[in-house]
Amino acid sequence: MDLLTLQEYWWFLVSVIGALFVFMTFVQGGQTLLYRLGRTEDERDLLINSLGRKWELTFTMLVMFGGALFAAFPLFYAVSFGGAYYVWMAILFCFIIQAVAYEYRKKPDNFYGEKFYENLLYINGSLGIFLIGVALGTLFTGGNFIVNSSHLSHWTMQSYGLEALLNPFNVAFGLMLVFLSRMQAGLYFLNSLDAPTVIARIKKVVTVNFVMFLVLFLFVLGMILFSDGLVYDSATGVVSVKSMKFLHSFLDMPLLLVLLLVGVVSLLWGVFLGVVKSNDKAIWFTGFGTIVTVTIIMLILGLDNSVYYPSLADMQSSLTIENSSGSHYTLSVMAVVSLLVPVVAGYIFFVWRSMDKTKLTIDEVKSDAHHY
Amino acid sequence: MEHTDLLIDWSRAQFALTALYHWLFVPLTLGLTFIVAIMETIYVKTGDEKWKTTTKYWMGLLAINFAIGLATGIIMEFEFGTNWSNYSWIVGDIFGAPLAIEGLMAFFMESTFFAVMFFGWDKVSKKMHLTSTWLVALGSNLSALWILVANGWMQHPVGMHFNPDTARNEMQNFWEVFLNPNAVSKFLHTVSSGYVLASLFVLGISAWYLLKKRDTQFARRSIIVASSFGLIASMYLITTGDESAHQVALKQPMKLAAMEGLYDGEKRAGIIAFGILDESKQIGDAKEPFYFSFEIPGALSFLGYHNLNAFVPGIDDLINGNEKHNIMSVSQKMQKGKIAVGALAAYKDYKKAGDLAKASEALKTFEANEKYMGYGYLKKPTDAVPSVALSFYSFHTMVGLGSWFLLLFIVSLYFSMINEIQQKRWLLYLALFTIPFGYVAQEAGWIVAEAGRQPWAIQDLLPVGMAASNVASTSVMITFWLFAVLFTGLLIAEVKIMLKQIKVGPEGH
Repeated sequence: MDLLTLQEYWWFLVSVIGALFVFMTFVQGGQTLLYRLGRTEDERDLLINSLGRKWELTFTMLVMFGGALFAAFPLFYAVSFGGAYYVWMAILFCFIIQAVAYEYRKKPDNFYGEKFYENLLYINGSLGIFLIGVALGTLFTGGNFIVNSSHLSHWTMQSYGLEALLNPFNVAFGLMLVFLSRMQAGLYFLNSLDAPTVIARIKKVVTVNFVMFLVLFLFVLGMILFSDGLVYDSATGVVSVKSMKFLHSFLDMPLLLVLLLVGVVSLLWGVFLGVVKSNDKAIWFTGFGTIVTVTIIMLILGLDNSVYYPSLADMQSSLTIENSSGSHYTLSVMAVVSLLVPVVAGYIFFVWRSMDKTKLTIDEVKSDAHHY
Repeated sequence: MEHTDLLIDWSRAQFALTALYHWLFVPLTLGLTFIVAIMETIYVKTGDEKWKTTTKYWMGLLAINFAIGLATGIIMEFEFGTNWSNYSWIVGDIFGAPLAIEGLMAFFMESTFFAVMFFGWDKVSKKMHLTSTWLVALGSNLSALWILVANGWMQHPVGMHFNPDTARNEMQNFWEVFLNPNAVSKFLHTVSSGYVLASLFVLGISAWYLLKKRDTQFARRSIIVASSFGLIASMYLITTGDESAHQVALKQPMKLAAMEGLYDGEKRAGIIAFGILDESKQIGDAKEPFYFSFEIPGALSFLGYHNLNAFVPGIDDLINGNEKHNIMSVSQKMQKGKIAVGALAAYKDYKKAGDLAKASEALKTFEANEKYMGYGYLKKPTDAVPSVALSFYSFHTMVGLGSWFLLLFIVSLYFSMINEIQQKRWLLYLALFTIPFGYVAQEAGWIVAEAGRQPWAIQDLLPVGMAASNVASTSVMITFWLFAVLFTGLLIAEVKIMLKQIKVGPEGH
């Protein structure tokens, strides 16, 4: 494969991993709904234990997202992580605290008390996801970095990434992911729990979060389609501004536009099934919709000579899949490694099915000596 | 792009802090996953429910440890970007690959089957459950494999070339990176040290039950598994340690010299079995490096080169050069390095200006001196020496404790086999009090490997001073303290929970 094809292939993989992560953040959404959906301790235990069987997959997906970016687009890894330092560090803190919260919450002598660990889960689910959304938003709005001729970079603002919070698009992107994760969490619980009292509260939660999500999604999508974007010249690498860049890209690649619509329709259909029909399969439709939609939104950044990480400090420092990728050899090796993906997906699917054959009940949680 | 010393120090301090914390938990996971897999296998083979209780109990402790291991681990991967962004670009083309493969091959396996291992007892068949437990063990050890492939490459970079146009090192041969002898020996040594720690953990806690005269059957069963597994692992640990030292001698002679406090190279060099370093000793002076020491003659030559008469270069030889043994001085290497750095800059300038003839000439000069480019960034020759005290004491602590552990496993297994372990209270106390030393040995091992590699991020290729991110040192200082507080807070909770679970015991679990 030629270098550009490999770069596009890897950008596609990064997009899919990012999209799978966004889908899996229903775990985080669920963490913010503990007291909204669970009125008694038993109910909250049930919610936590249902999420507790999945949280590590979400966590791993985030790590994989980082790993794939590092291997395939090391310059992004260097520029963004080393520059938007405070934002990424804050995100990491939000995930560090999640990892212990499940296991330690119910353990006797846990030093800080049950509520403390629930707060950690709440922070992870709200602030963590919001900040990830803000960071993803900067792929469209850009960051304040300069890359020198040796490809070494530095950030030009002492706020090291926190300035991204002043941009309404980034904030909307972050909030959009928070509401999406909460909406998906409701539908996930609908699918995985056998607890009528909890289920009865889900419809309202999904509806409210869906409406908030939809408003933000339309705003974000509108901004993406109708704002200026950056393009680069394949021959010279020179970056320039193009009006309504992504709208043009979608019109140039109608397949992506169709897929985007398929994603959105599937998501809407899932919400309809969940809210109106109380169908427990709803999560699979919103899940599929989320994965397709996010993949396409990410993918468009890497195709059609787009800049995927604009520099606000020096436009010519902006990152594209061509100027930030690994070498041809490394991308090829990693492309071979990526053949493992179906195997991994296969066993995850198999295990998920085996473990979720029957819906989780509070009795099952209580009877298990090892529960969260 | 040179950074201030303060920034480098804080960046290093943060990495050391997070790595040392992470390393408190990983080795136990590496070994305990295997120990519970062995126990569950016995349960499935015999159908004896007591083995199931035993398995589940140790799994419970594993989960407490695993959670904090994950928490402290996520930062490690991202820290290469946040704090070592120049590194991420200069060697990311090689270094990123094993990290990504680790995620795909190991982390998903661990996290997927972890859920089955803990919550699947009544949901899947016995065999599927056992398979899941083994897959968690395999996954955690595969994760160690890939991260140590990456680390082995930092100690001995192979399989790549420097691309002057992108100003970075690019992978040329994946198999050379993967089968790097340094990576292989590191992986084997590190995972076997994890098996030893987990065995010490199980042995020590079981000894406590015997001392308390409770859960005795369970404790004796656990001791048999732990001391046999620990004994085999310890023997393996020593063999792999020997190979590791051999690799260090071949590829990182300065590290070896620092590990032994050897200033003047010699044939039939000895190993200091015990010694106290004289801190006033300077490179090149005639002072004895030790206040006093007890040396095993010829042992270092043998350990390093598998030849009693081999010459082992000392710090002075490596700094000042030694013609007889064909060792170039650091100042010569620095000179060549500076030529390489200058030629690379000239190459880029000429190329930009379109003067291809001069660019090609500059490139030739660069290529002739490329091997020493890393030295071009050092400020003075003595910068090439790692902390001798840190390397020496941590190495000797690790080796001394490792030998003690082997002895402990032999004695424990012997008394277990003749059914007298319960009466040997002195042995039970020793086993209990050895647990913290297992952790000390682990941390010491990390220090030898990583502090001994200084000043290099990548041996001879990239000094840490060039590798760091260009952020304000105060930012790194802030996150350092945040990590210190957070990790310490989590550690306190972990230890308290663990102690409580041990007190509750297998029956109450």
